[in-house]
Amino acid sequence: MTDILMPALSPTMEEGTLAKWHVKVGDTVKAGDVIAEIETDKATMEVEAVDEGVIEALLIDAGTEEVKVNTPIARLSGDDEAPAPKAEAPKAEAKAAEKPKAPEPSDDGEGPAPVLPKKALKDPEIPEGTKMVTITVRDALRDAMAEEMRRDEKVFLMGEEVAQYQGAYKVSRELLQEFGERRVIDTPITEHGFAGLGVGAAMAGLKPIVEFMTWNFGMQAIDQIINSAAKTLYMSGGQIKSSIVFRGPNGAASRVGAQHSQDYSAWYGQIPGLKVVAPYDAADAKGLLKAAIRDPNPVVFLEHEMMYGVEFDIPDVEDWIVPIGKAKIRREGADVTITAHSRMVGLALKAAEELAAEGIEAEVIDLRTIRPLDHETIVESVKKTNRIVCAEEGWGPMGVGAEIVARVIEHAFDYLDAPPARVHQEDVPLPYAANLEALSLPSVEKIVKAAKAVCYK
Amino acid sequence: MARATKASTKTGKGADTGVNASRETLLKYYRDMLLIRRFEERAGQLYGMGLIGGFCHLYIGQEAIAVGMEAIRKPGDQIITGYRDHGHMLAAGMESREVMAELTGRAGGSSKGKGGSMHMFSTEAGFYGGHGIVGAQVSLGTGLALANKYRDNGNVAFTYFGDGAANQGQVYESFNMAELWSLPVVYVVENNQYAMGTSIERSAAETRLHKRGASFRIPGVEVDGMDVEAVAAAGAEAAEQARSGKGPFILEMKTYRYRGHSMSDPAKYRTKEEVDEVKKTRDPIDHLREKLDAAKVGEDELKTIDAEVKRIVADAAEFARTSPEPEPSELYTDVYLEAAE
Repeated sequence: MTDILMPALSPTMEEGTLAKWHVKVGDTVKAGDVIAEIETDKATMEVEAVDEGVIEALLIDAGTEEVKVNTPIARLSGDDEAPAPKAEAPKAEAKAAEKPKAPEPSDDGEGPAPVLPKKALKDPEIPEGTKMVTITVRDALRDAMAEEMRRDEKVFLMGEEVAQYQGAYKVSRELLQEFGERRVIDTPITEHGFAGLGVGAAMAGLKPIVEFMTWNFGMQAIDQIINSAAKTLYMSGGQIKSSIVFRGPNGAASRVGAQHSQDYSAWYGQIPGLKVVAPYDAADAKGLLKAAIRDPNPVVFLEHEMMYGVEFDIPDVEDWIVPIGKAKIRREGADVTITAHSRMVGLALKAAEELAAEGIEAEVIDLRTIRPLDHETIVESVKKTNRIVCAEEGWGPMGVGAEIVARVIEHAFDYLDAPPARVHQEDVPLPYAANLEALSLPSVEKIVKAAKAVCYK
Repeated sequence: MARATKASTKTGKGADTGVNASRETLLKYYRDMLLIRRFEERAGQLYGMGLIGGFCHLYIGQEAIAVGMEAIRKPGDQIITGYRDHGHMLAAGMESREVMAELTGRAGGSSKGKGGSMHMFSTEAGFYGGHGIVGAQVSLGTGLALANKYRDNGNVAFTYFGDGAANQGQVYESFNMAELWSLPVVYVVENNQYAMGTSIERSAAETRLHKRGASFRIPGVEVDGMDVEAVAAAGAEAAEQARSGKGPFILEMKTYRYRGHSMSDPAKYRTKEEVDEVKKTRDPIDHLREKLDAAKVGEDELKTIDAEVKRIVADAAEFARTSPEPEPSELYTDVYLEAAE
């Protein structure tokens, strides 16, 4: 004997009207037969039998309203070999009071969800007497890819103009010559599609580097980056990984207008499952890109067009790797903390010089990684300086600075001697006209002004 | 409660190509298709009881496609599909228990309860999901094919999508690259006539979906997706083409879903007569039974299979009901993999 229960016909249905019976007592039904019609607040639905048998009783009259889900509505006789499972209140409800227990928020400040293991991250040692070589950020990125492609056959590069053209910004210069067209793949202009192909190849165990000519075009592919690359490890219970790097220039170049000038740090920085990296100088560009390629997770790697041609000294050591998730104090100071990432670090350092001339010693922190954000370094600095200015190229609302300010307030509220300040792009699409563009973007002057303001000077 | 051995809950491999299928192959088709149907009916029931939440898209009516294509799949070949995925998972050999327990969101589910109906995977079975964004799996499947070509492993990526996804832009971006690079991918369009509530006539300028690859020079054929032998035969040809380095192929499977788009869809956009007509004249399982009759398979033999399937499904439902919910600590696992030193 099997009870047929009032079914739920939508994710939210709790009760409904039993509109009509299609069977009567004594009828024989088999799986798939329509036995009744049920009205919900949204629709009328047919109910099909799942088991075979003879209708022994109709327990609820046709036309009865407000029949609760899981109320027995009919009784079926028949073989009991495969009884319907007993309806039990879904566990979730019974356990509602028992909130998922998050690991206790620890004083490391990471908040309630330490999804990344905490490790003491350290920059590589530079042995005494190591030769420094001067290199552009562009070539540092190129060398990182070349070294990792030599090291691991699974690594390949795909994107628009990366092969024959040698890279729209020449970041992939000479890679085609060394690795051939199997591993350096020119794609059609089809970001959504080739990003999806890259993620698929990563799911199959390869390690693609997907270059977007700029991250502005990468917006076409954001669904694949977030829904496919970032979330699948979780949704598969750990089975499907996407070890993939999405990289390209991010932020405002110069006079290219609103559609080609956007900083995506905050966008991708919000997504669990992604790591987001935004280096400033050549050593970090190389060391972090190598780390990103080796990382088993999807990494969004944000470069800056205006930095590609800038030269920096880089230690001439083999296998230079900089850990993801560790900020760097670029300049020490006791009076105010300035955070910045990517090109803004340069502006922050200049601002610090100007401030020093006026007697204010700024501590400049290069975030380097946006997610996971190394806020310990920031919080420690604020405990010393008691003041903070967050500089970023992107918009202010819901931005990187907004997140940093929130964490500083959470973890160092009592140490603050002034309200935190943010410097960011004005809240407009980036204008083309030279004067308006300059007005819109953050600048050394704006950082200096904000720093003085939090120092009440 | 009846026990099912591990092996018996799998649909497994080893079927013929489907062309001039042997008696054994026909019986295997019957068993696998019936398993999917009974499984889905039971899933519908568990949904009605509130044991399955959210969205639940049933495969009833389309069973011949997953089963017929599985018959010609070779070890290492991948499968990827959208959210109407339970049938594919069972056909690919995933455990009924794990699939059903994932539907109920339990620890015993194939994604530990963290994926749900639309997001299940099994690298072991070569099943790469289970994707909830319409059309996204087409680019991903083409990427699986790119990996096959990169590795020169002779494998094919079977990439399924519906008539609804056939209008997504990334499908054509993928077609272009697949043909341009001769990727070993077979696109299987399960044309069940309705993209949720919108009929193909109301959504597609070109309703002959097997011709949708024409501007990329991708060949395609229309297949009776209600005939498991026709599916296997067409699948074998398409896979051979893809495997031999000639690039992608499109199979448009004409099929029909009996139930609504999801459990909460009353399917009022089509008439009861239309549905009944398909059930009466084109049902893939009934159709196969006629062939089994012709092959002199007796009622007793089928009854044995019916009973076995019933047992597996009841066992899966019981497992899915009694498997515990995932540990709260699972909330934070599988977000990131730890980087190697």
